[in-house]
Amino acid sequence: MTETPKKDTAGLLAALAAGIKGSGIEVVDLTHTLTPDFPVMVLPPELGQCQPFRIEEVSRYDERGPGWYWNNISMSEHAGTHFDAPAHWISGRNLPHGTVDQLPFEKLIAPAVVLDFSRESAVDEDFLLTAAHIEAWEGENGRIEPGVWALFRTDWSKHLGTPKYLNLREDGAHSPGPDASAMEFLVKERGIAGFGTETIGTDCGQGNHMSPPYPAHYILHGNGRYGLQCLNALDRLPARGAVLFAAPLKIRHGSGSPLRVFALVPAGAGKD
Amino acid sequence: MTEPISRPPKKDPQKVTRPPELPPLERSRASLKLSASAARGVFALQVCEACGTIAYPPRDACPGCLSTGLEFRPADDGGEVIAETVVRTSTDLYFRQRTPWRVGTVRLDCGPSIVAHLHGDVVVPGRVRMVSKLDKSGNAVLMALPTGETENMADDLEFRELTADPKFRRVLVTDGRGVIGQAVASALSKAGASIVFVGIAEPWKPFPGQERLAAIPNVQVMELDLTDTISVNELAGEIGGKTDILVNTADHVRPGGLLASRSLVTARDSFDVNVFGLQRLAQAFGPGMRARGADGTNSAAAFVDVLPVYALANTPDFGFYSASAAARHSLLQCLRAELRPGGVRVMSVFTGPVEDDWRQHVPPPKVLPGKIAEAVVAALRGGIEESFVGDVARDIATRFLDNPKVLERELGL
Repeated sequence: MTETPKKDTAGLLAALAAGIKGSGIEVVDLTHTLTPDFPVMVLPPELGQCQPFRIEEVSRYDERGPGWYWNNISMSEHAGTHFDAPAHWISGRNLPHGTVDQLPFEKLIAPAVVLDFSRESAVDEDFLLTAAHIEAWEGENGRIEPGVWALFRTDWSKHLGTPKYLNLREDGAHSPGPDASAMEFLVKERGIAGFGTETIGTDCGQGNHMSPPYPAHYILHGNGRYGLQCLNALDRLPARGAVLFAAPLKIRHGSGSPLRVFALVPAGAGKD
Repeated sequence: MTEPISRPPKKDPQKVTRPPELPPLERSRASLKLSASAARGVFALQVCEACGTIAYPPRDACPGCLSTGLEFRPADDGGEVIAETVVRTSTDLYFRQRTPWRVGTVRLDCGPSIVAHLHGDVVVPGRVRMVSKLDKSGNAVLMALPTGETENMADDLEFRELTADPKFRRVLVTDGRGVIGQAVASALSKAGASIVFVGIAEPWKPFPGQERLAAIPNVQVMELDLTDTISVNELAGEIGGKTDILVNTADHVRPGGLLASRSLVTARDSFDVNVFGLQRLAQAFGPGMRARGADGTNSAAAFVDVLPVYALANTPDFGFYSASAAARHSLLQCLRAELRPGGVRVMSVFTGPVEDDWRQHVPPPKVLPGKIAEAVVAALRGGIEESFVGDVARDIATRFLDNPKVLERELGL
């Protein structure tokens, strides 16, 4: 248990609230709007399919409900900006607390480091993040501490609404992602809490053809770590110093969930 | 020859759209059997099983021997028109809007002399070919046509009332990602449709035939996802007021019976496209079409659904798919009644299995997409409410009409 004295904690929270309300701390929304045309993962059609977000109006101040407006929504656990729990992947199927209803809450609020490889991704749609890339990043930005969210910035979120977002061709999707060495490094050498991307999954578009297949999913979830994907606005975060809030819906035995992800950032620290 | 209809002018925003009127609705049960034949494009008359007399108009007892054994059977369509007249005014609201109207007396080769609508190119006296067609009320009427093709024959105004000819009409084909939708779009463009809107779901997914589709004359590719209510409503907001013919070619096919999969996911996907997709289209486009059923040369004319013939009886190797088709068929029956006040026809084009990825294990014969497209155009041009494309569809339909319970057992072997 933590040794922090109680009065300091209260002061800390008050200072945080004051910082958010007044100035000093900027809240950055990292979530895309859930819309029916938001793409989902494409799998061979004979397999079970990921249902995109759908919304059906129940009433809108009309004969179906004169004084109120509300909708029914439906979607896959993995639609829009969403969270992957360890149980999402076969490698994490036997881990304790592996579903979204059982996650240890304190791990979901954690500092974030932003690995900016947007320039590399702009010239190479199949850019693979390797352990060597991360070590080079640490050379400039310092060592990645345990328990942080590692966010992989590619600026891919800017392709949303265009075919480039999935970049689907006959040989599958083409978008950047990490290789197994990067994931092994982040998970085992650095002990990150989770890994977040701007693309449709934590893996690259061609992840199925890697070893192991879908290395980010396999290694993250096999070691009890989390995934965040379809993130937005990573270009507004500093390389270090942001604190991420990423709590999924409490779905019994859920493998993941759409969620609102936001970050607290020291004002003026955002990049670009 | 018939004076060709001309391309309709753009709509005058100051003019009230002519409300649709219908020809007389009430018919006897015997007459409705005539309509049932006409719905399938068959010229059939009552034949007395006792004495062989052919009777018209439909009745409950034979005019020759008073036997009640009168059965509708395909009849010789030859005849001779012996007299004609032109109706110049009428108290009936429907005909009042459409006079002058040519009618005549035809002595049929098979026996009875009848009063029928006369095509403008029929010469009196002279030989004619009889057709039985559904009027805007969905009731059979007989029309005498010239024995051969004449120039611009389909443009005859009386004939055009009995069809939903795509010429100068604006069409929406709902699924351009599939081969059937692409073939239908191409055929309708060739058939003279002034615009062929083609719906594409998830445009970020490339699909075969994409460029060819966009290159078809008069095709306009539109975003449309039948599983998304907002998408369907948005497209209706954009083009609903000028959709004269809607052809739904969407079809979610998956093999497997009820026990094949433990999951509801695929079943729900099938219903979402095949049943609720149809519902979304009908709800978004139907009311507008129904209001425009008499809106001149490019009035709203038909809502066409291309659906599997297993709507009539379940084939357990595609059990859930058949169930969705049956629901679709049932909804079309409902929609047919609901669009009738607008004079808008609901046409079912039943098909056998096509050659696609999901039916590779299904033995031939299969239907070519081009044949389905031909059937859609033929249904529109002929005003045919129910058509069956391909050997399998025709065979299933025949067996269904004979005995649905036997068919169930045959398909379930």
